[in-house]
Amino acid sequence: MLAAGTESLLRQAREVGAVELGRFCARISALLQAEDWGPDTLDALRRLFLIVAATKYSRRLEPTCVALLQAALCSPRCPERLQLLCAAVLREMAPSDSLSLSCDHAQSSRQLGLVASVLLAQGDPQQVRTVGQCVIKVLESRQSEGPSLTHLLPVVSKVASLAPDALPEEQTKALSKRLGDWLRYASVQQGAAHASGGFFSTPRARQPGPVTEMDGSVATDFFTVLSTGQRFTEDQRLNVQAFSMLRAWLLQGGPTRRGATDADDRSELEGSTVSVLSAASTASHLLPPAEWLREKALEYCQRLLEQSGRRALRKADSDLQKACLVEAVLVLDVLCRQDPSFLYRALPSLRALRTRLCGDPACARVLLPVAQFFLHHGEAAAVDADAVCQHLFTRIPSEHFHSPVLAFEFVQFCRDHLLLSGSNLDLLRTSFPNLFKFLAWSSPALTSEFVALLPALVNAGTAVEMLHLLLDLPSLTAALELQLRLLQAASERPLWDASVKAPGCLEALRDPQAQGLFQHLLRAKASGTVERLTPLHQLLQPLASCARVLQCAQAVPTLLRAFFAAVTQFADGALASQLALLLLERSDSLFQVEGYEADVHRVLSSEFPGLCRLHPPLVVERAKELLEFVGSLGGPRSTGHMLTSVVWAIGEYLSVSWDRRCTVEQINRFFEALEALLFEVTQSRPSATLPRGPPQVITVLMTTLTKLASRSQDLIPRISLLLSKMRTLAQSPAVGPVHGEDDLGAVRTRATELLNLLKMPSVAQFVLTPSMEVSQPRYHRDCNTALPLALDMVSRLLEREAGLLPG
Amino acid sequence: MVHAFLIHTLRAAKAEEGFCRVLYSCFFGAENSPNDSQPHGAERDRLLRKEQILAVARQVESMFQLQQQACGRHAVDLQPQSSDDPVALHEAPCGVFRLAPGDPFQEPRTVVWLGVLSIGFALVLDTHENLLLVESTLRLLARLLLDHLRLLVPGGANLLLRADLIEGILTRFLPHGQLLFLNDQFVQGLEKEFSAAWSH
Repeated sequence: MLAAGTESLLRQAREVGAVELGRFCARISALLQAEDWGPDTLDALRRLFLIVAATKYSRRLEPTCVALLQAALCSPRCPERLQLLCAAVLREMAPSDSLSLSCDHAQSSRQLGLVASVLLAQGDPQQVRTVGQCVIKVLESRQSEGPSLTHLLPVVSKVASLAPDALPEEQTKALSKRLGDWLRYASVQQGAAHASGGFFSTPRARQPGPVTEMDGSVATDFFTVLSTGQRFTEDQRLNVQAFSMLRAWLLQGGPTRRGATDADDRSELEGSTVSVLSAASTASHLLPPAEWLREKALEYCQRLLEQSGRRALRKADSDLQKACLVEAVLVLDVLCRQDPSFLYRALPSLRALRTRLCGDPACARVLLPVAQFFLHHGEAAAVDADAVCQHLFTRIPSEHFHSPVLAFEFVQFCRDHLLLSGSNLDLLRTSFPNLFKFLAWSSPALTSEFVALLPALVNAGTAVEMLHLLLDLPSLTAALELQLRLLQAASERPLWDASVKAPGCLEALRDPQAQGLFQHLLRAKASGTVERLTPLHQLLQPLASCARVLQCAQAVPTLLRAFFAAVTQFADGALASQLALLLLERSDSLFQVEGYEADVHRVLSSEFPGLCRLHPPLVVERAKELLEFVGSLGGPRSTGHMLTSVVWAIGEYLSVSWDRRCTVEQINRFFEALEALLFEVTQSRPSATLPRGPPQVITVLMTTLTKLASRSQDLIPRISLLLSKMRTLAQSPAVGPVHGEDDLGAVRTRATELLNLLKMPSVAQFVLTPSMEVSQPRYHRDCNTALPLALDMVSRLLEREAGLLPG
Repeated sequence: MVHAFLIHTLRAAKAEEGFCRVLYSCFFGAENSPNDSQPHGAERDRLLRKEQILAVARQVESMFQLQQQACGRHAVDLQPQSSDDPVALHEAPCGVFRLAPGDPFQEPRTVVWLGVLSIGFALVLDTHENLLLVESTLRLLARLLLDHLRLLVPGGANLLLRADLIEGILTRFLPHGQLLFLNDQFVQGLEKEFSAAWSH
């Protein structure tokens, strides 16, 4: 297999020592000195490249060897393969201080390209500038040599993107003009076959014919990347390269000024419906270079739009057509932003394109840049923007959720256009069920994208529904799997996980109630209603072991945290109360995936106190539901995280100081319920089915009961009795094997502390139900009111009391 | 703009032995090194670049494994077919993900990857590139490399010692990281030229 040979070879390359490397370098130096361009040198250079590249630590090569490599790179006689290897070795060593290479040494444009690749890899802005200036000067001087230019254009493009100010302005303008020429005026005849030579060949026996379109017909207009033929001429290659670098050139290094037209003209043009200036393309040869390039680019893109409608004969070409469509739309977007007068020429073709694409499911990815175009040019294209966004958000996700690259692009589109105008932003927000389908299907790749997107998606109107859907995300994944099994034709390669069988799921879906819930889960828009999906969870259970469902389940906790971080920024009291209730209700009705319930409980239990802190009265408002929650717990559920945090919240916020509506009856009722729970949790009857509660649960129950007792002081005798019992229980040997010694010690300590506090009820009230001023720093700095001092005093008084009592 | 191209090993499942190894990597231009003039600055920069590439390769591998798991395809599918069958590249698993700024590159980047048998190909790009073009370029590069290197033949240490071939292909089809709009005939023409230049 691949692995074994690779491993050993890499290891050998890494283990070459300095001495051995020195000997090897000497050998290579000898070969290069002697200008031996044979197979030995090729083999040696290949090995040298591997030795340098295989390790992340720098290798020191002999200076003579490096100098000879540089010389070989610029030698006219050295064959291309060896020069490529020399450049590769020098580049692998980058950044290197000992390089003495410069652009002047290169003898041909191909060599110049190689030298440039080495110099650009050094990461030195000064080098980049030097390379740029050198290359662009060469481009200017060698006007007529064809092959040389194709080597150098990519270098210019790379320099322009690395350092936009590196290229001198004069030459930049000249290059813009030439780019425009190459785009528009490339030859429409196919390239001539190389003269095959030989005695019997007749020169000019066969004239190459004209270039053809992708569907085989003869080209109707000028040459573009979508024109094809047997062979290509040099200017046609330049055409391809010019278009490939066009967008970056327009954006960065290329024309940035709009020439003589000033801002007033621009606004006039935007307001009018017909622009007289834009129709005057006849005088275009008089245009300055920047405008010239823009004009030619516009014509090129419009031609591409027309050409992409043809049915390509080869599959690779139809893929290229889509890529060209995307690029053409992106370039048109840039052009229209740089020169708004182009907008009125571009809009009709884009509108026609939109209509064509909306009807074609295979072109979903091309629709995104079209939508971006309409959104960027809002005033003129508002209607189109609305229509395309409508189509995008409501149709595309349901049909294409299974395509990972489309999912990524779609979510990126959403992130980029969060500053959408009002109606489109609302549309985006209400389409979150559709968006979540992408997330449910490809969770590993998209989780971080959605974490960034959630703050913009969440708003007060949809928060509750969104939380439900987030908690149901793994069941959404399962539902999508099921839907694919339903819809996909048997002959196609399955997009769903064929290793997991789902017997009976499809039949069970025929039940109308199940079908209704299924459709609700797969809805495209926020419906404003909430459905109990428990029957559907049972139906989907066989699919819970799908790897995809598991991956989604693992992503949900992160999303929940992001959700709560976003919601707590703007939630008001009513919303916090609703969400808290939701947490209680959903904590036991989650889709049963391995490990899912435990993870979700952990997150929800840490978020619940946050909600209560946001709106403390919610504990009193939801007293009834909290009481039910506490009362229904028992048995296996009593060890959960949720219980701890709910009980803590009850202890903290069920008091008059947080909500005047709190009554003594409520406090008493909660006391009774929690007391019963504590008994259950600490049963001394050994029983196999009821596990003992963990010590955190016991201590939080004791503390909460004490807090409640401090507010309703009739309960103090009961709680004191309870606490003494707990203390005794924690000391008894019967409890031994289940809990550790530390845990028991913690329970004992807490019981003792609470008992001590209760001996002075007013202090207990002060400590356990602090008023809101306690959170002020002043409270703790002022020696008359500081809490630690008060406690200290209390304990000293008690100790002294104990010492005074006999026995 | 394409910043880097890399080829690395892919394991089918995390439990398999071995490490993720980078077989070939190439930076097209470099992120400007931070301005520290410490004596070993150049070495540290190189170390950083190698680590960055390895980080990308590892992340591609884990995305690949997760995707394979999710599709229910297990290790058994990665066994190479007989070398006569053309590898179905348009069905090869591919994906894209974003790298946050600082992790591992200074600027945010996008990575597009393709997994063929047990080899991964990846392109590291700026965040807003024409992904349709990137995908088709990646498939093209993979096909050319697999064809010319005959990687299906066992003993695929071929790739490690054929840097000149990889460089030759990159120079023509992704010169200096420039993505090219090449139609099928154009590709055939370039490939013929390449084979001619390499055969002697």
